[in-house]
Amino acid sequence: MTSPLLETRGLTKAYPGVLALNAVDFTLLPGEVHVLFGENGAGKSTMISLLAGANTPTEGEIRVRGVPVRFASVADAQAQGIYTVFQEFSLIPTMTVAQNMFLGHEPGPGPFLAPGEMRRRAAATLAELGFAIDPGATVARLSRAQQQMVEIAKAMQGALSVLILDEPTASLTDREVDQLFDVVKRLKAEGVGIVYISHRVHEFERIAERVTVLRDGARIGTAPMAEMSEEALVDMMAGREIRDIYPQIARTPGAVVLEVEGLAAPGVFDASFTLRRGEVLGVAGLVGSGKSRLFRAVMGLAPTLAGTVRFKGQDITRAPTRRVVKAGAWYLSPDRKHEGLILAETPFGNLRMDLMLDGGPVLSLAALRRRAAQIFGHVELPEAYRRRTVAKLSGGNQQKVLFGKAFGHDADLYIFDEPTVGVDMGTRAALYRLIAELAEAGKAVVVISSDLPEVMNLAHRALVLANGRITARLEREELSEDAILRHFFDGAEPGAATVAPELQGDLA
Amino acid sequence: MTQAHPARGLLALPLRIFVKLGVLPFFLIAAMVIFAVLSPNFLTPQNLMNVARQSVYLVLVSLGQMLVLISGGFDLSVGTVIALSSVVSALVMTALAPVFPDAVWLVIALGALAGFAVALVVGAINGIGVALFDVSPFIMTLGVSSVGTGFALFLTGGVPVSGLPFAFGDTFGFGKVLGLPVPVAIALVAIAAMWLFMARTRAGARVYAVGGNIKAAHLSAINTRGVLILVYGLCALIAALTGLLLTARVESGEANLGGTIAMESIAACVIAGVSLRGGIGRVENVVLGAFFIILVQNGMNLAQISSYMQMVLIGLLLILAVIFDQLRYRLIVKG
Repeated sequence: MTSPLLETRGLTKAYPGVLALNAVDFTLLPGEVHVLFGENGAGKSTMISLLAGANTPTEGEIRVRGVPVRFASVADAQAQGIYTVFQEFSLIPTMTVAQNMFLGHEPGPGPFLAPGEMRRRAAATLAELGFAIDPGATVARLSRAQQQMVEIAKAMQGALSVLILDEPTASLTDREVDQLFDVVKRLKAEGVGIVYISHRVHEFERIAERVTVLRDGARIGTAPMAEMSEEALVDMMAGREIRDIYPQIARTPGAVVLEVEGLAAPGVFDASFTLRRGEVLGVAGLVGSGKSRLFRAVMGLAPTLAGTVRFKGQDITRAPTRRVVKAGAWYLSPDRKHEGLILAETPFGNLRMDLMLDGGPVLSLAALRRRAAQIFGHVELPEAYRRRTVAKLSGGNQQKVLFGKAFGHDADLYIFDEPTVGVDMGTRAALYRLIAELAEAGKAVVVISSDLPEVMNLAHRALVLANGRITARLEREELSEDAILRHFFDGAEPGAATVAPELQGDLA
Repeated sequence: MTQAHPARGLLALPLRIFVKLGVLPFFLIAAMVIFAVLSPNFLTPQNLMNVARQSVYLVLVSLGQMLVLISGGFDLSVGTVIALSSVVSALVMTALAPVFPDAVWLVIALGALAGFAVALVVGAINGIGVALFDVSPFIMTLGVSSVGTGFALFLTGGVPVSGLPFAFGDTFGFGKVLGLPVPVAIALVAIAAMWLFMARTRAGARVYAVGGNIKAAHLSAINTRGVLILVYGLCALIAALTGLLLTARVESGEANLGGTIAMESIAACVIAGVSLRGGIGRVENVVLGAFFIILVQNGMNLAQISSYMQMVLIGLLLILAVIFDQLRYRLIVKG
């Protein structure tokens, strides 16, 4: 038995109010692909950040080739040969591919750079990996898939012994996935150990030796991939309650509330759809597909270039956000820290603005407080947290505050953009119940999500977006993972310049 | 990859130039044309040489300012550093001159050293505030500039420090080397050194990286705090060099040197396409940008525009340049 390259013992990370990672034991052997599998918020991202040196554990230890180590920084981990390709790329958009690949360890004599050598070596690495990318191109102009390739090429520059890939295939086409797996196989043959994080179960059989399942921060089990079936994995990941966390939402379509026709916005082309009261519309697509932009344009948060938007029969094309909200539309931002919440305020301080939207010019503070207490009870925000500043709450409780804002005043259209980003299982169930309640009360609801099960289980019908266009409209009975994924790459132009990345939620 | 924009007739070429080089080429051409029409003396070789000599000081300060802007911050305290280094170096020189009457160059060297030392302290305070305590660069350098100006006035009582060694002014203010005025020669060396630093050294690449995306730079094992402290330190040192050259030029240490230079240097950089978001900027363009500002001031002088109205115009140019920078950024991002 070979000794492990990388090992963790009782690895724990606690944040105020949450145990993000709970005493996880993990080993990685040379030449092995070890999959970390789990729901959003199961602790994968935390685990990676600890292994990568981006974060320090509260308890437990990490061993590299049997020696306990403490990583104070990413540089420390890299010095041990551990490279991480993060989901949020560590590339500098204003610099070239070659400059990015050598960032932090540029070749050259003394303090000087050797741009020629840098370019040559970058070109050689890219060619070796089979990536058709110009080393002189500016990173901002590359597609997301190409940026991913640059990230991998960047990791290949040092003395690599452990490669951590966080959702590497999330934005790749099938052909690009094949290319990536060839690279992974080559690295395995060289004795590199790979920690592989992905949601796509069907990929595991092709490359993985072992799989470790995480749930709510704890390790549920580790097994050789050969002994696991997809079903068994999904059951392990979700626990028994998976089917219970999604409520059944009765569908009683009422009058048309939203009519969008031929809408064009930056990164969105010719989008048309309608939405009725009492309906949940799911919206799926990759990051950068335009699924979020489309609705940000509807809300007046992004410019509308062409087309019309009618809301309750009223033309709100190009209306400022203020007017759209007053007309009765509500948008939940995927980025609660920057767009959703006032972090230095209490939950009440956050809700106050929304409560005041409906009343007259003078309001009684006592009445506001009573109403707020009612709402926070409704969204199940524990009493103990209501007097703390929002910054100190866990992601789940922050999201409950944000949902509280949705109940703060009466709207007809609710747009939830990534409603459960970085939220634990228990909270998700509560949030889904709230979404169901709104729909059943005759509101029109939109759920934009990168989490396919969320779209599949909540939506009455769904739109799939790819490259800024609506590529499919699926009814409830047609909704399956395969049916949605099939449309993720429709109309893809290889090598087309991407638009700026969409807002990323907090995945801490 | 090339621009996906279809040609838009007559506008296509200027648009391409604008996206690639920014607003500077258009401003330069406009200034040349306008002032050549307003004043027949403007486009003469003597006048342009004159502009080159006058622009030395702003060029130098702008190089330091560029460094800080590219790192994603900015430095409002450059004028204060000029005043402080001027006052401190003059005080040291006048104090030491009677002690070492036969070693004028030793006195000058020690005075200059004192000027650089005080600048280094200011730069380090700026850098530490921004890098370690996350104070916004605007507030940090604004506060420091009040502190520094206060000290400079306090040290001199508001009165210029005169009685500097003659050799100092003769050499660094009015001297020539290889047929070039000494300040111009020093500026040329500084430009070359700065170009080398930004384009060809590891440290320069890291300044771009930190300004381009500080989180990504951190994940790439770059010491982002160290880089920030370095840029504020270097910026202050270059400002001190400028302060010393100005002191030699006016032959006294003055607390009111460099009064408007913070804004002018930011304007020079922004006009030259240095992004206020950080990560973008080129040494050669910044030199042209500073040259442009002095050119406009010179042209306005020749056209007998009052110095009060000149302030109005420079401020407007800065705002206009930032607006164009925003437009350009949108064009770049949308491809």
